[in-house]
Amino acid sequence: MGKPKIRLFTLSTCSHCNKTKKFFQDNGIDVEFTDVDLLSGPEREKIVEEVRKLNPDVSFPTICIGDTIVVGFNEERIRKALEACA
Amino acid sequence: MTPEQLYDILAAYARSQGIRLNKDKELVMDIMRGLLTNEQRYGYRSCPCRLSWGDREKDKDISCPCVYRDPDIKEYGSCYCELYVSPEWNEEKIEHRQVPERRPKEKRRMI
Repeated sequence: MGKPKIRLFTLSTCSHCNKTKKFFQDNGIDVEFTDVDLLSGPEREKIVEEVRKLNPDVSFPTICIGDTIVVGFNEERIRKALEACA
Repeated sequence: MTPEQLYDILAAYARSQGIRLNKDKELVMDIMRGLLTNEQRYGYRSCPCRLSWGDREKDKDISCPCVYRDPDIKEYGSCYCELYVSPEWNEEKIEHRQVPERRPKEKRRMI
């Protein structure tokens, strides 16, 4: 299936979010991330709405790997989702 | 205040409460930076792992230490951020599990 699209919704102040970013970086995996706490106004509302659809708890990090959503830095679940897309 | 100074203060404070700071120093220092960043931004130490309202009153339940810390430590051995932990958690005597968000949805910032 090739390289899955990976999208992270994070908070710039959250250490578990930073651990998540580092995990992908250390494994040479390109990801797109959005630090929601750094947004404001309509842009922020749009992104928070997007997060809510993926993760009704609106908690962070919210990690989208292909069609799989992983909430929180759970390395095991992340690896499984990556393998499922490989 | 520097992250290192805050670390020393909170480590002593945790001990006085019969709990500890997470032994993962790198993680804890990152949390210290997050707390100080939020203190500069909002004027209070809004939980760095939760989306802040930027409103002290609305966020009083997640101003660190949050009101969910003690019930979370009692149930999981650590708080939501894994900043504060029980001695047993640090000594690996209990399993390290991801702490679910205990904050009621109606209090959370959803916009």
